[in-house]
Amino acid sequence: MKLRIKFTKFGPIRFIGHLDVMRFFQKAIRRSEIDVKYTSGFSPHQVMSFAQPLSVGVESNGEYMDIEVNSITNCKDIMDRINAVSVEGIKVTDVTILPDNAKNAMSSVAAALYTVIFKDGYMPSFDLSDGLSKMLEKDELLIEKTGKAGKREVDIKPGLFDIKVTDKGYSMLLDCSSSGNVKPSQVISKLYEVNDEKEPENIFFHVTREETYKNNGTEEEPLYQPMNVF
Amino acid sequence: MSERLALSEDILMKIDKPARYIGHEYNSVIKDRSKVDVRFAMCFPDVYEIGMSHLGIQILYGLLNSFEGVWCERVYSPWVDLDSIMRKESIPLFALESQDPIKDFDFLGITLQYEMCYTNILQVLDLSQIPLKSIDRTEEDPIVIGGGPCTYNPEPIADFFDIFYIGEGETQYENLINLYRNYKKENKSRREFLIKAAKSIPGLYVPSLYDVKYNKDGTISSFTPNVEGVPEKVKKEIVKDFSNAYYPMAPVVPYIKVTQDRVVLEIQRGCIRGCRFCQAGQVYKPIREKSLDELKKYAITMLKNTGHEELSLSSLSSSDYSKLPELVDFLIEECDKRHINISLPSLRIDAFSLDVMSKVQDVKKSSLTFAPEAGSQRMRNVINKGLTEEVILNGAELAFEGGWTRVKLYFMLGQPYETLEDIEGIADLANKIAARFFETVPKEKRVNGKVQIVVSTSFFVPKPFTAFQWAPQCSKEQFLDKAYQTREAISKVLNQKSIKYNWHEADASVMEGVLARGDRKLCDVILKVYKKGCFYDAWSEYYKNDVWIDTIKECGLTPEFYAERERDTDEILPWDFIDCGVSKAYLKREWERASKEQISENCAVKCQGCGAAEFKCGICPGH
Ligand code: SF4
Ligand code: SF4
Repeated sequence: MKLRIKFTKFGPIRFIGHLDVMRFFQKAIRRSEIDVKYTSGFSPHQVMSFAQPLSVGVESNGEYMDIEVNSITNCKDIMDRINAVSVEGIKVTDVTILPDNAKNAMSSVAAALYTVIFKDGYMPSFDLSDGLSKMLEKDELLIEKTGKAGKREVDIKPGLFDIKVTDKGYSMLLDCSSSGNVKPSQVISKLYEVNDEKEPENIFFHVTREETYKNNGTEEEPLYQPMNVF
Repeated sequence: MSERLALSEDILMKIDKPARYIGHEYNSVIKDRSKVDVRFAMCFPDVYEIGMSHLGIQILYGLLNSFEGVWCERVYSPWVDLDSIMRKESIPLFALESQDPIKDFDFLGITLQYEMCYTNILQVLDLSQIPLKSIDRTEEDPIVIGGGPCTYNPEPIADFFDIFYIGEGETQYENLINLYRNYKKENKSRREFLIKAAKSIPGLYVPSLYDVKYNKDGTISSFTPNVEGVPEKVKKEIVKDFSNAYYPMAPVVPYIKVTQDRVVLEIQRGCIRGCRFCQAGQVYKPIREKSLDELKKYAITMLKNTGHEELSLSSLSSSDYSKLPELVDFLIEECDKRHINISLPSLRIDAFSLDVMSKVQDVKKSSLTFAPEAGSQRMRNVINKGLTEEVILNGAELAFEGGWTRVKLYFMLGQPYETLEDIEGIADLANKIAARFFETVPKEKRVNGKVQIVVSTSFFVPKPFTAFQWAPQCSKEQFLDKAYQTREAISKVLNQKSIKYNWHEADASVMEGVLARGDRKLCDVILKVYKKGCFYDAWSEYYKNDVWIDTIKECGLTPEFYAERERDTDEILPWDFIDCGVSKAYLKREWERASKEQISENCAVKCQGCGAAEFKCGICPGH
């Protein structure tokens, strides 16, 4: 049986990298003594699938991972047990039993909603709304990505699903799939570039991933719903 | 955003592994500041991943936090990237839990596990903005206290510490803290506190209360307390009831991968075997075991409390634990249920251990380890290593039959009385092991077709409180000659294709030797070396041998005086003021027996009257 676990990542532990969050959960799940499934052989381990790694420094209200168990009491109990052995900042907020035919978190993730807030004193000099329009007028928004096969140019424009202006920054719905993931920091860099403004050297904005979605519609007419809605 | 972090987001996003500095790990202890009157920072002066792996610190951390009103936190050496930012921006070094500056603490405890960390002590003090020398500290500064194996000769770093705690930490910290509380209440001075501590609490050495005088040749002429009532000799502290001693049931669980990322069960402390080069074997005497029932309880509780996926045993020589089969059976069963790996270090290779190892590890991927430490039987008699060629070859044969094909052999080069023949013995032994493989395993059964033997040699560093504490250490050139001779000898044996040879660097071994048997005159050297920008000397990429050698000479000293010089057994040694249980008479006897190639039996076979029986505990007769 597979479970999809939704959790938060807040506060100082936002500086823990993705692999270490995985290690954290491996140990937390052992501490919680839930009946998790292990691989066989020497050095047995738990099978886990994470939706999309969160960048170091980013907070989140909507992280997801899948785990496999032999048996469960009930979802609420699983949630409470992990929370009882968790740390400040990582909190399980939902546990859902995966339907048999469900794809795992990593292969089904499609989009994520981010809140971007400019820090005090770091509001850009261009108008947030005008600056955004100016960027979205472009036909393509090329960024350089360094992958296994060296450097290549990628157009992030198709990955900008919806961007709204807020009081202190933006709310961004971005592509979060394994193949087309766009990071808020890439969007912010583009905004500065298009508006001919130099990015401050310090960390000047704060990002929270609010929710992660899968596409419950079609490719033409997507319906983005949280990862735990089937 | 207000959060408990000493470093800004800008810094944390710039440096490697910010998780080293943010605390907030599972099981880390947070206390209410208003209910705490003593703040203790416990430091391992190396990078987080090393420091977090150390059992002794975990014990003391848990113990101190079990005291009401005391909050003990951790601090490690910032890595070089953060170090330079902290210097540039004058950010004071902070403790992980509260993220408060160390300089505001009552105590800074520093564990001293190896000599090459000495400059890191100064790094930690400097970044903490605490005066480097004890004499320059005021009432505002924390009491800086050192502990751990290097305190068995603390003299080269005597200037930097207010107190050294000699021996096992479990016993006297509560007394020390209570004494400190009283002095704070009565508004007495730092010096008054230190004098009272030295006079009234066993195991405490306050270096500023002793004067050292030297002869013309640089040796010590006298070493005496300069305040009345301060003891001439400081006796090591030892846990007598080891089974019931404090043990941390919920150690801190790091986020990032550290060197020892597992539950560690200390099954016994001390060692019955008196290998003549080995300091741990002497200073932890006598051997004391933990009861089987306690260990079973600890294993289950600690696995539950940490969620670690691996468990390992800790001791100097696990095969000597009297209830090992029962313990291992229990652990294999319980760990299997929980899908936990077991790692078993330092087991003697015999039918029992091979059977156990085949149950807990993949035979094809693992290797056998032997540490004969010397190549010939004659030399093994000199060093009193009770491992014979026959035992090694029989063990290897059994292992080959069981499917093992990899063997690791550890030796030490440059021990007293070593000759070319002894070195050739290394190659000979490795060759015989390979030959035994080909005799034992028929061609069609050779899985990888061959056997792999890895010979590693380290260079011998004489240590205080060993039979070899008077011995001359080899020079760098002699060391390297010996390594070449080893390589040469291996290249000549029949099965040389199956043997790989590694050796350690010689420079750092010589410097380790200087510091290990050094005296107070070296304090200036260490300070100057640090001021020239050296730290992380234990990391070969940061170790600058030239700077060390030049600085020693600038201070009017020579490395040879400390390393290569053979001491007369009547000489006053810098560490003579410490009573670690084993007597000088016993060590002299052992030094003599070494010259005659005579072995001495281990404590389990026959008591050697080393002196440690006076502690009235463990294996010793008469209690
Ligand atoms: S067996 Fe020998 S080398 Fe090992 S700890 Fe004991 S005395 Fe030291
Ligand atoms: S007194 Fe005897 S039994 Fe005790 S540690 Fe010394 S040699 Fe071993």
